[in-house]
Amino acid sequence: MTQATIDHQGRALDIERVRDDFPVLHQEVHGAPLVFFDNAASSQRPSQVIETVRRYYERDHANVHRGIHTLSQRATEAYEGAREKVRAFINARAEKEIVFVRGATEAINLVANSWGRRNLSPGDEVIISHMEHHSNIVPWQMVCQATGAKLRVIPITDAGELDMQAYRRLFGKRTRFVAVTAVSNALGTVTPAKELVRIAHDHRVPILIDGCQAVPHMPVDVQDLGADFLVFSGHKMFGPTGIGVLYGREDHLEAMPPWQGGGEMIDRVTFEETTWADLPNKFEAGTPNIAGAIGLGAAVDYVNDIGLDAIQAWESGLLEHATRHLEALPEVRILGTAEHKAAVISFLVGDAHPTDVATLLDMKGIAVRTGHHCAQPVMQRFGIPATVRASFAFYNTPDEIDRFVAALKKVIPMVC
Amino acid sequence: MTTDIESTQSAIVDEFRQFTDWEDRYGHIIRLGRDHGDIDESLKVEKFRVKGCQSTVYLVPQFKDGVVHFEAASDAMIVNGLIAILMKVYSGRTPQEIVETPPAFIAELGLTENLTMGRQNGLKAMIEQIKLYGMAFQAMNKTGQDS
Repeated sequence: MTQATIDHQGRALDIERVRDDFPVLHQEVHGAPLVFFDNAASSQRPSQVIETVRRYYERDHANVHRGIHTLSQRATEAYEGAREKVRAFINARAEKEIVFVRGATEAINLVANSWGRRNLSPGDEVIISHMEHHSNIVPWQMVCQATGAKLRVIPITDAGELDMQAYRRLFGKRTRFVAVTAVSNALGTVTPAKELVRIAHDHRVPILIDGCQAVPHMPVDVQDLGADFLVFSGHKMFGPTGIGVLYGREDHLEAMPPWQGGGEMIDRVTFEETTWADLPNKFEAGTPNIAGAIGLGAAVDYVNDIGLDAIQAWESGLLEHATRHLEALPEVRILGTAEHKAAVISFLVGDAHPTDVATLLDMKGIAVRTGHHCAQPVMQRFGIPATVRASFAFYNTPDEIDRFVAALKKVIPMVC
Repeated sequence: MTTDIESTQSAIVDEFRQFTDWEDRYGHIIRLGRDHGDIDESLKVEKFRVKGCQSTVYLVPQFKDGVVHFEAASDAMIVNGLIAILMKVYSGRTPQEIVETPPAFIAELGLTENLTMGRQNGLKAMIEQIKLYGMAFQAMNKTGQDS
């Protein structure tokens, strides 16, 4: 039987075709077919992305910008073409609002250092939430230490949702910036990002949304969202590693000083003075990850071709299927029971250590992640050191979930 | 009397040979881990924590009468089972024996490479730490003899 789901436009996700596009999925691990449920850490890439990167290196590689020769122009066209694809994908107003970076971590560090160091003074406050990834905590801690500003943290409820009342109360005269995730990587919670933006803007405070777990899985429109900054990584959205995106509203990016200096980001250099290049080059010092950006462009094409509505519908089916089956196991306790969740399930098995569970699941070919998921404050909130996390992508199937649950049923008596 | 270090290793390898599939092998390790138990809470301090493990591992050495006694435990049962095996081989040995005995026998237990060589479970870090203690006590011994 062909598994299919219909999206809002009536497009079906052809799971057989989709799986054929991902070569890595077709292998055995310890004698069992691989079931890859570690997508929140890093997704896999379709042949279309791999081929695009390969073709670029085989035919078109040269350094971008300023080159007069043909290959440089081809590389520049492909690189800037990828920027336009990303712009359209998140519906930014202009290409200059799209800055290519190494990943979401670098994007947040860029904003913390460039915007933060210019605008934060002793006693100022930056709001983050209790469910942030370390990459949206540590850069703010560092800039707070450097500037004398303070971090304020939005608490989370037992279900793993943001306490929105508390969020509203955190705003004060010294609130200067908000940085919150759209989806918790550790719990799967989908936060009310648009509402978070609206409240921040009511207080005339700019807000950064961490879109790492959102952009690959649900439609994100920056103009509709209204966020001042949005960051996401390529490797979590079926693109290459080492490439990510900082979207920044043009007026912010224009006002911000460069973070790193070097080639590509300058207009004129003398020993007395250097003037900066226009956006977005001002923030792209040095030779960029050209192949990474082009690969990311191919990933955007691929996701558009499948359709984010179809992806979201399929993944929410997977989440529902997995949640129902895991809830039926008395030894399993799911962490994160928010009303709106992305396809991420964090859980514990009795008193067993998550690494024992994951080690035994790996013997059955099932890849899950264990640990604090780079979100130690979330673990502290629930009083646990770690969880097992299964996270799905649109190339996963209900059949794989059934195999995962069957394997878990075998593992439970071994560890409990 | 303690069995010599080579015989202990071959006995462990033989013990694992009786299992034909991975579930039995891993089941055995988990049993060893349960039987091994925990260490005293007072020993669970930062200086004895083995870093680089997803589970929490403590390794406490004591050098007495020319031999090194180790106490160690993890909160993950598979790792605790591996600890039980390592303790059989390395605890109660002279520093020289510890330094000169490679952990090669582990590769013969029929466990997967990512378990035995894994950086995540801390086995590698633990063996390195055992060896470091062996070297340290060996150096201490020599200094003692020289003076």
